[in-house]
Amino acid sequence: MPLLSRPDGTVRQRINRRPSVIVASALPWLTVIAGSIMPGWLLIASAPVLPPLGFLVFLAWRQLRPGLLPMWAGLPLGMVDDLFSGAPFGTAVLLWSVAAIVLDNVETRLPWRNFLTEWLVAIGLIIAYMVLCLGIANIAGAAAFIDVIFPQVFISVLFYPLVGRFVALADRVRLTAFVAAR
Amino acid sequence: MAPPANRRSGFSRRAQYSTFLHYAAGFIGAVVGLILLVVSIVNPDAFSILRGAASDVTESPAQVVAQGRGASQNFITTVAGFFKTGSQHARLERELAEAKLRLVETQAIRLENARLKQLMNLHEDDAQPVAYARMVGSTASSTRRFATLGAGRDRGVAKGMPVRSHMGLVGRVLEVGASSARVLLVTDTESVVPVRRARDGVPAFAQGVGDGTIRLRLLNLGLNPLRPGDVMVTSGSGGLYRPGTPIAVVAQLLRDGAIARVLSNPSDTDYVVVEKAWAPPPPPPLPVVDAKSRKR
Repeated sequence: MPLLSRPDGTVRQRINRRPSVIVASALPWLTVIAGSIMPGWLLIASAPVLPPLGFLVFLAWRQLRPGLLPMWAGLPLGMVDDLFSGAPFGTAVLLWSVAAIVLDNVETRLPWRNFLTEWLVAIGLIIAYMVLCLGIANIAGAAAFIDVIFPQVFISVLFYPLVGRFVALADRVRLTAFVAAR
Repeated sequence: MAPPANRRSGFSRRAQYSTFLHYAAGFIGAVVGLILLVVSIVNPDAFSILRGAASDVTESPAQVVAQGRGASQNFITTVAGFFKTGSQHARLERELAEAKLRLVETQAIRLENARLKQLMNLHEDDAQPVAYARMVGSTASSTRRFATLGAGRDRGVAKGMPVRSHMGLVGRVLEVGASSARVLLVTDTESVVPVRRARDGVPAFAQGVGDGTIRLRLLNLGLNPLRPGDVMVTSGSGGLYRPGTPIAVVAQLLRDGAIARVLSNPSDTDYVVVEKAWAPPPPPPLPVVDAKSRKR
């Protein structure tokens, strides 16, 4: 059935369509950048409570579609995150790049993939990321104890599957065919 | 599910090279990050222009979100108030009766104060606010406690100015952009504020812990004179913060100080006041007059 009539009477072609190249290539980057910027707007926090959403989205994209974001994606995306995160500039550039390399290595060694293993790998990376962020911030002048980040680690670890669902949704939007193919 | 097979480059030269280049690019990203990190640790102000530009760009959407945040807080307060109205009304009546008594006492004290000041020839310099602005954002997912202010160089905000709300001290301006500024909150671990007890002036330092509380360190070691419920105000030492600005209430005693709760909780703070630094910076050291020029 090449033609599909809508309730409002317009007729729309369903086959012979393809996803927009711009949306398909830009959406992963945009979601990561939004994840970096949004947590700062939600509340004026007096303690670290919100998960590092930018890093979680970055991780989820790399797990869902390895190779969609290139290996060097940590460089520009980490820079954007550093501008808004409050950590010393360069923290996210370094840690996101290293996380991408580590994740790639782990995934080539793991013989299978399922929800639990992916989550466990992500948990390891998230905890390492937060502890290293704290350490780097402390080197650069802060003096926070490690128990400050416990609630945040807990929230992030539980929040990660939800981020994964969101990224899967974004991936479906990314590949929705709505541009007429020539 | 097995990992995708196209990871293995096989005998294809092209695939091998592209895999290698991707890894090399990843490593270069990490190295660049390390260099940036070293630069920003050695010189923390190195990227402040970039950060200022970034917060300027996102300032107007952040203002919109901040308005929504305020509206939703008001809504929750309204609903909560509906349930608490009876007991609150009774308590307020009790407090009003007490306050009326206190008011009379305060008026007497104010008159006496004015008379004594006249006697000593002191004149009052009122805090001249530089700007009123909204807190538009914060670093909610980092261990550092920075907030973004919706006013910058365009409204006269400069580096080092103290920021307060009607409840108490909030922090001080750290970096200034064109239309936004970055504020170091008093709960950050790098923020140290000289304080004294409001009642009798026991001096202490207030340093942030990073989890929303403040650690008070007494200057004089010995018996800990602090008691839960004591109000700490800024002492004005160092010349940055105007003396007498309330900052925190003692919550829990420690051996050599206390843990205190911040009075102006930043999450409840909507609008803040940016003030001038209290005292002017100290004059530069006198120029050294060398012997030759003195002879002439």
